[in-house]
Amino acid sequence: MSDAIIQVKDVRYVYARGAVVALDGISLDVPAGQSLGIVGQNGSGKTTLTKLFNGLLRPTSGAVIVDGRDTAKHSVQEMAGTIGYVFQNPNHQLFASSVAEELAFGPTNMKMSPEEVKAKVEEAFEFFDLGQYRDHHPYRLSFPLRKLVGIASVFTMGPKIFVLDEPTTGQDHQTTRVINRLIHKLSERGSTVICVTHDMPLVADVSERMIVMWNAKMIADGTPKQVFSDTEVMQRTHIAPPQIAQISMQLKARKGKEAVLSVEELAAELGGKKKGGA
Amino acid sequence: MAGEIAIKIEGLTFTYAAGSKPALSNINLEIKRGEYLGIMGLNGAGKTTLGLSINGIVPQSTMGFYEGKVTVEGLDTSTTPVREMARTVGIVFDNPEFQMSQVSAAEEVALGLENLGVPTEEMPPRVSAALATVGLPGFEERSPMGLSGGQQQRLAIASVLAMHPRILFMDEPTSNLDPIGKEEVFELARKLNREDGLTVIVAEHECEVLAAYADRIVVLNEGKIVMIGTPSEVFARGDELAKLGLRVPQATELALDLGGSDKKNLPVTTEEAVKWVEAR
Repeated sequence: MSDAIIQVKDVRYVYARGAVVALDGISLDVPAGQSLGIVGQNGSGKTTLTKLFNGLLRPTSGAVIVDGRDTAKHSVQEMAGTIGYVFQNPNHQLFASSVAEELAFGPTNMKMSPEEVKAKVEEAFEFFDLGQYRDHHPYRLSFPLRKLVGIASVFTMGPKIFVLDEPTTGQDHQTTRVINRLIHKLSERGSTVICVTHDMPLVADVSERMIVMWNAKMIADGTPKQVFSDTEVMQRTHIAPPQIAQISMQLKARKGKEAVLSVEELAAELGGKKKGGA
Repeated sequence: MAGEIAIKIEGLTFTYAAGSKPALSNINLEIKRGEYLGIMGLNGAGKTTLGLSINGIVPQSTMGFYEGKVTVEGLDTSTTPVREMARTVGIVFDNPEFQMSQVSAAEEVALGLENLGVPTEEMPPRVSAALATVGLPGFEERSPMGLSGGQQQRLAIASVLAMHPRILFMDEPTSNLDPIGKEEVFELARKLNREDGLTVIVAEHECEVLAAYADRIVVLNEGKIVMIGTPSEVFARGDELAKLGLRVPQATELALDLGGSDKKNLPVTTEEAVKWVEAR
């Protein structure tokens, strides 16, 4: 048995109507605890791929094994304790009249005992620092807080894997920072985190590994540094690496070197920090 | 025409009926014809309200308390009917899907013209011209729902262009688009600005985009203008922006980290940063 928590084995997925091939021969092992970024244009197969992880879609051929279970043989409900999905828009996910109720819904629905539910909810209040909002109506919270409640309400179901769909889209810098930090925290506690996103600075910051989908195929797989350095793939897919990566790749003196993903790193490499800098 | 004022905002304060604090507070701003203006600020800073005040939706279709005066191409936006304002100011929002209501692209574009009372025989050529301008020639019979996000957003832009506005306001126009869609929309806006002379105003979080396209950037914080200037002038104030929860392009951050102090000439784009570093 592989120690990968997600194993995608030569999967092909064809949408029945119109016979659209959404995934064409995808193989992917995601080790437990990995932070993975999945990028690519809309329609490239990203979403279809993540829908296979909990059995919402079942492969036309090939197999998807998640946490040792073949998703073709288990219901979405059964997989909910293993893999949790956080939607782009928290408004599509929140419905209870208080944050505490919202957080208790998932685990209660999974038939956890009241004591277990309570423990999960308290753990979430602590982890997400949301305790002060316990009795607030989710819809009365600011958008960033609602976003956190959306993630927390998946967290309470205790999944080993989190799939975050465009976690930062439309968010301002302040909110983006909160979300990035939270993803780091989830990784630190050992969760497997998968971000499906168009936000390349997010991937550069939080993902250890990234894959690029293009026309139903996986055309790149590596560390963000490796993938952002692959000029051919970037140009073909119109993916714009973070600006600092682009600058580092265009400097004549660095020709042939890998991209740099942080301003600090490039500044240090170029040998000059401003007065008072670290 | 260059140098003439397209929009003049004087002492604008607006508080939504349900709001406790003003969404906009004593805004004074002049925007030149043909200018490309970027607006930055956290969510809730007033970016959208400012845009809506330019086409009259604020205050005419929005409950609230309004003070001050907004003049757009000589029209007072608090009294000129919003329908009339649409001939002058086109607005495009962040989610193109919500803006699509018709069964074909042609009908989508014609909808605004019908509202303006444009004679039926004038519509087809205007619709086709607008679709061609946004790079969707021959898309007349296509269903808006079958288009990609970038195409939908360009169709939304065509719908406002058919009304021949002189000003285009886009509110986070690409936040729901993939990389190709984003490129398409910003390249189109640049073309409309440079080649057709449209005044373009874009509210946007991604400072790299504003750095690449905008002539000037306005920074809003809690309804007030706290900075205004060229991208390099604004982004040179990286420390102040950070205190407001905003960031500067990595190009500028790098130059600041490397001790760049000539505030007038800090790089704000990738190309400028590469040149700047290599000239050190």
